[in-house]
Amino acid sequence: MTAQSCPRQHCATTMDSAALEPSLYTVKAVFILDNDGNRLLSKYYDPELYPSMKEQKNFEKNVFNKTHKADNEIAFLEGMTIVYKSSIDLFFYVVGSAQENELMLMAVLNCLFESLSQMLRKNVEKRTLLDNMDGVFLVVDEIIDGGVILESDPQQVIEKVNYRADDSPLSEQSVAQVLQSAKEQIKWSILK
Amino acid sequence: MIKKFDKKDEESGSGSNPFQHLEKSAVLQEARIFNETPINPRRCLHILTKIIYLLNQGEHFGTTEATEAFFAMTRLFQSNDQTLRRMCYLTIKEMANISEDVIIVTSSLTKDMTGKEDVYRGPAIRALCRITDTTMLQAIERYMKQAIVDKVPSVSSSALVSSLHMVKMSFDVVKRWVNEAQEAASSDNIMVQYHALGLLYHLRKNDRLAVTKMLNKFTKSGLKSPFAYCMMIRIASKLLEETEGGHDSPLFDFIESCLRNKHEMVVYEAASAIVHMPNCTARELAPAVSVLQLFCSSPKAALRYAAVRTLNKVAMKHPSAVTACNLDLENLITDSNRSIATLAITTLLKTGSESSVDRLMKQISSFVSEISDEFKVVVVQAISALCQKYPRKHSVMMNFLSNMLRDDGGFEYKRAIVDCIISIIEENPESKETGLAHLCEFIEDCEHTVLATKILHLLGKEGPRTPTPSKYIRFIFNRVVLESEAVRAAAVSALAKFGAQNDDLLPSVLVLMKRCMMDSDDEVRDRATFYMNVLQQKQKALNAAYIFNGLSVSVPGLEKSLHQYTLEPSEKPFDMKTVPLATAPITEQKTEIAPVATSKLPEKVAPSRQDIYQEQLAAIPEFQGLGLLFKSSEPVQLTEAETEYVVRCIKHTFANRMIFQFDCTNTLNDQLLQRVLVQMEPSEAYEVLHYVPAPSLPYSQPGSCYSLVRLPEDDPTAVSCTFSCTMKYLVRDCDPNTGEPDDDGYDDEYVLEDLEVTVADHIQKVLKPNFGAAWEEIGDENEKEETFALATVRTLDEAVNNIISFLGMQPCERSDKVPENKNSHVLFLAGVFRGGHDVLVRSRLALADGVTMQVTVRSTDENVVDVILASVG
Repeated sequence: MTAQSCPRQHCATTMDSAALEPSLYTVKAVFILDNDGNRLLSKYYDPELYPSMKEQKNFEKNVFNKTHKADNEIAFLEGMTIVYKSSIDLFFYVVGSAQENELMLMAVLNCLFESLSQMLRKNVEKRTLLDNMDGVFLVVDEIIDGGVILESDPQQVIEKVNYRADDSPLSEQSVAQVLQSAKEQIKWSILK
Repeated sequence: MIKKFDKKDEESGSGSNPFQHLEKSAVLQEARIFNETPINPRRCLHILTKIIYLLNQGEHFGTTEATEAFFAMTRLFQSNDQTLRRMCYLTIKEMANISEDVIIVTSSLTKDMTGKEDVYRGPAIRALCRITDTTMLQAIERYMKQAIVDKVPSVSSSALVSSLHMVKMSFDVVKRWVNEAQEAASSDNIMVQYHALGLLYHLRKNDRLAVTKMLNKFTKSGLKSPFAYCMMIRIASKLLEETEGGHDSPLFDFIESCLRNKHEMVVYEAASAIVHMPNCTARELAPAVSVLQLFCSSPKAALRYAAVRTLNKVAMKHPSAVTACNLDLENLITDSNRSIATLAITTLLKTGSESSVDRLMKQISSFVSEISDEFKVVVVQAISALCQKYPRKHSVMMNFLSNMLRDDGGFEYKRAIVDCIISIIEENPESKETGLAHLCEFIEDCEHTVLATKILHLLGKEGPRTPTPSKYIRFIFNRVVLESEAVRAAAVSALAKFGAQNDDLLPSVLVLMKRCMMDSDDEVRDRATFYMNVLQQKQKALNAAYIFNGLSVSVPGLEKSLHQYTLEPSEKPFDMKTVPLATAPITEQKTEIAPVATSKLPEKVAPSRQDIYQEQLAAIPEFQGLGLLFKSSEPVQLTEAETEYVVRCIKHTFANRMIFQFDCTNTLNDQLLQRVLVQMEPSEAYEVLHYVPAPSLPYSQPGSCYSLVRLPEDDPTAVSCTFSCTMKYLVRDCDPNTGEPDDDGYDDEYVLEDLEVTVADHIQKVLKPNFGAAWEEIGDENEKEETFALATVRTLDEAVNNIISFLGMQPCERSDKVPENKNSHVLFLAGVFRGGHDVLVRSRLALADGVTMQVTVRSTDENVVDVILASVG
């Protein structure tokens, strides 16, 4: 074995190598950043991956810099597969290992986005998100538990969280109330 | 509830975050309203959100303040506001590690998990398991079991996933829930199925039989969850790998059938599993490749990425299998996702023809600056592979690489480029000068010490032998003036090599050296002084020994020997021959590009394999006083694969003894072997002095026994010998399940294959970077020459490989590579013979009908020369 055989071996070792150990632990991290790359929410599920806050924020910065310009859906950075999606002034990221099935990560990302979109009545933007931050925390908690995909159907997530975004003046609740009071008024006006 | 911000704030941008200027102390102050009655759910909710937000931002909470807030929060369980309760659960999980006495909420959580409100039950279970330890787990075991089989999917899923988290901590308790998990696996809910499967696998993964059974059951019943299918595919491929099952096994059929699943996720998982299987034939790959080909034209970027990444993988081993996808890959090279484009191009580079190389390289250089370092490394590796395939393309590649070298990029990326250029230089002598010129330019502005020193070393090695060595001197001396200590020291060493090789440069080198002797760093000064003195002697032999070919001993070994020497001061000077040689000489393994995923790990200088053996053998009392371990061979198999007992032998050579280490494994689960030894009958004047048996050999636990053999002293040329080996032992039958042995045993024996000791066992490889200098250094005092005809050998390559493996010596000057279309070749070999005698072999080969070989041997010891020539004949 001499030096010249090395380059051939490189090829086998990049990007991925051994097969995946079968496990439910699929998601390494999930985070939501604003359009300046600031963290709004982030969860790291693998304690060995970026154990300190500084490393986490560095990673997020790096990911943001490499992804915010083009909406490319998927990237590979620092040995990690990252799927992402942006909406107005928000960026959603789901991180998995280099060997992870990209489509599983996509399923998580889509579920996260769809659930938030439903909860926020399609206003997926920073201000609405922050106004309903409690709901956002709960949605993430229902989708991923300690790195395991807990639920991937947005409809189910919404039902489980059962959260009403209360900032919007025309919630379903209030529409019903308005109708109800209108009915009452009509009833009374007829009775008169 | 949330303060509205005035317009000014909105415009300033950052003002649109209501949590922007939160103060931890203010928030904790606000948390006092948790104690007010009646509870105001909306305000409390907002404060809890603020606390969780702060924790999420990385705000540090002290134990006291966290505990205080936590205890206040527990009061909120009195409110029936759903969202508030759910936020309490989240707070519990977030604070589980920072607050004290979190277990006080156990009873509230237990109440919620068994209560009537389904919305609370799942989240309560997850929060409860987060704060539960092994002792408390027993107390809630009953509830957990019920929850696992609960008919509400969210409750069951939560219980299963929480159980999985707790497997690490309390395997024994969770193991008892296997029946419940089994029941949950037949649930109609797809997520419950998936979680149950995951838990069952984790509980059973050490029991291959149980895993196989489980897999059989689920593949028949057919799960609905695509996630569960992905999991099963992974389990199946792991089983296939472990059992080395053939591809006719039902497991393989299962994976293949998943290629027709209706979910893309499952189809992709199956294709990827097949691609990653070792020894897959092209025929087995074909269906996987064709689904990947379909994915290449998917509108979803993630799917295209996944497909092309996997195809890239296939192309490494089976380029021909991917050729069918070339058209689809061509469409991807302009993909807006640069990762996909890069992977497509590098795949095409592997599968395409030589004519397409220029076009693809042009395409890739148009966006190379946009892609991440990880992918740049992929590109460099593709180029590196390409250079080996099409050596004629090296000028295109070299150009491309030098451009990449000028771009910005991290260490890994630059290292990959430098390694690639170095390998091109080594493969193609005609590219040497351009390559060195690019590297010289690179070190002018290189922030990575490791790379700079590496390049300087290369310049020292290759530069003096180019037609115009003087042009490199300027680059090297610039380093002495401008760089850090390590780089300056390396530059001094490189300079010395120029002075030693080129007489006309010597005076100027000496002048520069003199300047280096004033350096502020010790190491640089020491080196300069040392080289100055050596060079001034103007003796070829000194130059060879101290400048061209450095020490060939193992560094940890040298350290140990020197330490030993200082502990026992003696009159005798320290003898370098007592230091073990470096095994696998300077293979430059460290320059290998580590997998990107693990590149964060620091590189450790691991003790070599031989150092480990030396320690192990020294620990056996019978083997005291043998001195230094000279060489350990690679393991030799003495049994067929898959026999009752598996035995392999490692030959350890000492100055005048050999130890044979037999690593034995008993593969019969109904037998316990005791007092195992391998009896050896030598064919020559070798004498077996001592056997060290392995006391006991239970099923599947490897053990070692040893034989100590004396080498014939009167005849130093008797280096080869054949031993017939028989394994002898006491058998005790035992119960396969418990491993409990019978009281009585009987003696038995097992005949092994013969073991050969050859000349290669007496020679340690040593790399002489400058063979010519070493050849002159030894001189022709003990030179002998003979000519042989190798009738059975048909090509020069074959002859070279035979000679190298037969003599076990290190090929130098890359002479193990025979250039194409040549009918003569010179092979240079270097080594050290047992006893510490340097030996060099020059072998001229000429191809006529067979191969004619003229062997010239030089050594510091006459006997060694005879041994080599005798063994070749």
